[in-house]
Amino acid sequence: MIGRRVLAGVGNTVRDYVESVGYATRTFFTMIGLSPGMMRRPRLVIEQLHFIGNYSLLIITLSGLFVGMVLGLQGYYTLSKYGASESLGLLVALGLTRELGPVITGLLFAGRAGTSLTAEIGLMKAGEQLSAMEMMAVNPIQRVLAPRFWAGVIAVPLLASIFSAVGIFGGYLVGVGLIGVDAGAFWSQMQSGVDLWKDVFNGFVKSVVFGIAITFISLYQGYETRPTPEDVAGATTRTVVVSSLMIWWLDFMLTALMFSK
Amino acid sequence: MQRKSLDVWVGLFVVFGVAALMFLALKAGNSGTFSLAKTYEITAKFDNIGSLRPQAAVKASGVVVGRVARIAFDDKSYKAAVTLEMDATYKFPKDSSAKILTAGLLGEQYVGIEAGGDENNLAQGDKIARTQSAAVLEDLINQFIYSKAAEGKDSN
Repeated sequence: MIGRRVLAGVGNTVRDYVESVGYATRTFFTMIGLSPGMMRRPRLVIEQLHFIGNYSLLIITLSGLFVGMVLGLQGYYTLSKYGASESLGLLVALGLTRELGPVITGLLFAGRAGTSLTAEIGLMKAGEQLSAMEMMAVNPIQRVLAPRFWAGVIAVPLLASIFSAVGIFGGYLVGVGLIGVDAGAFWSQMQSGVDLWKDVFNGFVKSVVFGIAITFISLYQGYETRPTPEDVAGATTRTVVVSSLMIWWLDFMLTALMFSK
Repeated sequence: MQRKSLDVWVGLFVVFGVAALMFLALKAGNSGTFSLAKTYEITAKFDNIGSLRPQAAVKASGVVVGRVARIAFDDKSYKAAVTLEMDATYKFPKDSSAKILTAGLLGEQYVGIEAGGDENNLAQGDKIARTQSAAVLEDLINQFIYSKAAEGKDSN
């Protein structure tokens, strides 16, 4: 008897999970479908770009600088063992453009902007603002979700580019300024080893994909939260957990697709 | 007034982002792979290309004069057919030879061109007849071991 109950429980959980994936997919495509209508009011996207892009700029820039500096320091210790400290620029630039730039930006963005999106929409729901919009024949997916989504999709690749560029500058500060690696070798090794399409462009594509994933997860968690204080708090936590896991999984898949030959 | 300051901040953010991307593309990356310069293609067949890859440099006297465009296997001669995309500003005699060389001890492999003495130059679609394969470490070690073994036999 207990066995049957457990089996039914497992079955229900799996069914709920599959159903929520399906519902999330439907919401995603509804939002994409409603986006052209929203584009008639670009002001909505600009406002959100300011809210999630500009406000994330400080943490992204500082993190990028420190990550670049640490890469410069750690890279130098390892490379100097093989007498290849001139390749420091290459190591820093490849590490940042291919992996660390998109991934760390994604994680920081999920923590900084994703949570605030979830909390904002969750509280809108708790305050019955979304229902009020529906009453006034305004589709909340078009008016609230779509502008935030597109702002996130635009902001993340820009933030990731800033992260990588500032990180390279950080690596330069430590490698050339502090340790004394030759500045010419630092740049020339970097330029001969970093490929515009294979490294810079693929890193950019990664950050676009992360932007789509994180922003949609944040919005969906907020939109689907139950209107109680506990569940709004739970939804912000879920945003960070799901986004982070999604970033690692997508990163693995994209790296395997892009860089394997 | 409120709207204008918002536009300025968002504008700054976008400008920073695009500038960072431009920096990555132009200063950090080798924008050389994205060149609109005129090129001509020549082919060379090698017994063994080692770990040569598309986009590897083609150098003459250490100067980059082209890039490896494609690598294929020719099942008639059982050799690797390497297509080289040469910069149109550089001309080489028809009897030039091509070698696969390694940058540094463990570095990337590239194609080295040595100019010959022919009066006619290589043109689109031409083949380089004289080639030298990549040095494969295992072969070198085997040769060394065999020669050592042969020496041992002679002395006995």
